Amino acid sequence: MPATSLAEAQVIAPTSRAEAVETFGDGSSVTVLGGGTILMPELNYGRLRPERVLLLQNAGLSGIARNGNSLTIGAMTTVVELEQMPEPLGTAARHVADHEIRGQATLGGNLCAPAGGTTPRGDLQAALIALGAQVKTAGKGGERTEPIEDFLPAPADRLLLEVEFEEPQRSGYAAAHRPHAHAYTILAVCAAETSAGLRVGLSGAGPNGLRARSVEAALAGGASAEEASQKVLDDAQTHDDALASAWYRQRLLPILVQRALDDLGGGK
Amino acid sequence: MRLTVNGEQRDLHSPPLTSLLTALREELDITSPKAGCHQGGCGACTVLVDGEARRSCLVPLAAVDGATITTVEGLGAADDLSPVQAAFDEHYAAQCGFCTSGFIMAATALLDRTPKAGREEILAGLSGHVCRCTGYIKIVSAVEAAAKGDVHPEKVEPSFESEEAAVLIPGSPA
Repeated sequence: MPATSLAEAQVIAPTSRAEAVETFGDGSSVTVLGGGTILMPELNYGRLRPERVLLLQNAGLSGIARNGNSLTIGAMTTVVELEQMPEPLGTAARHVADHEIRGQATLGGNLCAPAGGTTPRGDLQAALIALGAQVKTAGKGGERTEPIEDFLPAPADRLLLEVEFEEPQRSGYAAAHRPHAHAYTILAVCAAETSAGLRVGLSGAGPNGLRARSVEAALAGGASAEEASQKVLDDAQTHDDALASAWYRQRLLPILVQRALDDLGGGK
Repeated sequence: MRLTVNGEQRDLHSPPLTSLLTALREELDITSPKAGCHQGGCGACTVLVDGEARRSCLVPLAAVDGATITTVEGLGAADDLSPVQAAFDEHYAAQCGFCTSGFIMAATALLDRTPKAGREEILAGLSGHVCRCTGYIKIVSAVEAAAKGDVHPEKVEPSFESEEAAVLIPGSPA
């Protein structure tokens, strides 16, 4: 039976990665609290009354490790620590909310948050899709590693452990923001070329970050950046929210794709 | 849970998922952090957690067990204002005052990490804080003055007598 008051929730704070994985189990009836910036409003307003809350801050899941040109980032690494990461991830991180929130919000929260009803979430998702990131998660069936774009649509029953990507040869970023106390990202487009090729990621163009495979295919087939950018509407799942209408997003998105591709320096 | 709040050890009994904001205001009667939006959007509840500016409404108590918390009450006294507090007074950077505590704590943290912060750094450091009276120009001027060391706490005159303060501000020293 779901808990009816905050006081009834059981809070578990594992002190190691192994303990976090074991406590998470198959994820049923567990609510993961990373930095708290997304979950706390839900608790404050009584929209969520979790049974068991997994508090990850001491679980040893934060930190950035470099091995050659490959980077591994723990799920509990804060967004402020990502500001100096290779582009386009650094720029995407600097666009998340404001300094205070970035000091608390985590990589894991940015990738695992359910779609926001009023504003898009997941500024980092487009960047990590473009970088061809692989995510390592735990849950039913044990640990597994998969491309981030496969993980993003249904993260709820997995515990994110870390994200790994290769530093790109070149990258591009373009976004539209709506000023508030801090600027919300309406749409963000990231492009990056790694040894695996050129990839394009979108944030704000669907319920989670999406990979713009149609754009990538058009570019691989020799299309110009302008031609290829029009294909993005085949990949997008544009929606209305408090920041912008689907109509507006459909008109803005190809322009941002072209700008991100132009930002690659020379384009392709 | 035990916190060090403004230099004093305090034991808290609120449930572990209570926000730090609610615990400070309702359990400890520390009311400078304001409850504006309860969702991290306004900045009125900002306090220092182990020296870093944090929205206290977004911090569950369980996450700060053992931490050191500083609020405006811990910055200075009426006759011994911190440089940021004195600058806010001198530049008339508070209008209705609801956002002021959050701005002061954000500016204090900003000047701790970037003592000579310039205008652009101040704007970035204070972004996320809303002043619904729209007194931003005076707020930014105050923080610019504090960053330059151009503050004169000795010139600040108390706005009211301490006996009145005890009535107006529950828990303040008479």
